[in-house]
Amino acid sequence: MAPFPAPGPARGGGAGKAPPRAPAEIRALARSPRASFLHGMIATTPFLIVVVPFALLFGVMSQEAGMDLAQTMGFSILVFAGASQFTAVQLISDQAPALLVILSGLAVNLRMAMYSASLVPWLRGASAGKKVLIAYLLIDQSFALSLQHYERHPRLTLPQRLAYFFGSATLLCLPWSLATWAGATLGRAIPDDIALDFAMPITFLAMIAPMLRTPAHLAACGVAIVLALVFAGLPSGLGLMIAALAGMATGALVETVMERGKATQG
Amino acid sequence: MSPVTSDLSIWIVILALGIGTFLIRWSFLATLGDRDLPPIVIRMLRYTAVAVLPALVAPLVMWPAATGGQPEPARLSAAAVTIAVGVLTKNVILSIVAGATVLFAMLYVLG
Repeated sequence: MAPFPAPGPARGGGAGKAPPRAPAEIRALARSPRASFLHGMIATTPFLIVVVPFALLFGVMSQEAGMDLAQTMGFSILVFAGASQFTAVQLISDQAPALLVILSGLAVNLRMAMYSASLVPWLRGASAGKKVLIAYLLIDQSFALSLQHYERHPRLTLPQRLAYFFGSATLLCLPWSLATWAGATLGRAIPDDIALDFAMPITFLAMIAPMLRTPAHLAACGVAIVLALVFAGLPSGLGLMIAALAGMATGALVETVMERGKATQG
Repeated sequence: MSPVTSDLSIWIVILALGIGTFLIRWSFLATLGDRDLPPIVIRMLRYTAVAVLPALVAPLVMWPAATGGQPEPARLSAAAVTIAVGVLTKNVILSIVAGATVLFAMLYVLG
């Protein structure tokens, strides 16, 4: 049993009447931290189809931008955030000043502040050292997969949650570094006309689609998309922040309105 | 300001970006600690993933850099199929495979 109340979806139902547990739920709750770690790794495997080519592409691109192997690896190991790495290397090849490169890269990563906040209710009680490690390993995929897992199984213990996250993150960060190195070393042997640019959109869309399970989620997604397109002309990262915050507010609003509707009916 | 050309300036960019990105990711995990967030914030955070990721991807789908920012049928169809398969099957692998298949098939057909 969790040593602190699980945050779980706050949808009325008190803790008194526990619903019957599905087999997947029973399996998830019975896992040792070690098994949860493995489970996180296994759940992450499909993402390697896109993470590996994406990292290869980064290796190739940064070589073409004139970076040496150490610098290329420096990006993938010290920054470890794909979209901002591509942004930075692109701007460096466009001869942009350093300050602009840094600010643009950080703007692209600002969304991760929201990931950090989202994980707080699930990972509270983790040691300071673990939080540092989580922060370092927090990328779109490890965040989305873990959060989905936590929401599906709100009764997981903290060690199970941590182990799942670290399992997922391990299988993302090691291949990311290795494939960056391979891309930088093999360089031009990789054909550049195979539409690798679209690996990221496809993965992200595939991650989001199963999460669109309530009208509130759909509304949040819809508003975020429309505003992201409307504000696409704003400096990098800014439009994304506006669209994301408006989408999140919309989701919360729709959820509130629907709860009130239910309350007045019942 | 001069462009980033020297080895030193590239390393400065890498370190600044690395430290800054870490601080962004660490921000709330570190500062909120064991305090409770206001309920309205928790409610909004539930929609983080479904708002941020589509907002990140939407412009890339509509105006891909690879085509010079022109909307392109293969990428649009691939995105649509990925979402449709994902919503219908709730299976991430299947929707990635379906999206990639459509993308490559359409690119091949369209030449």
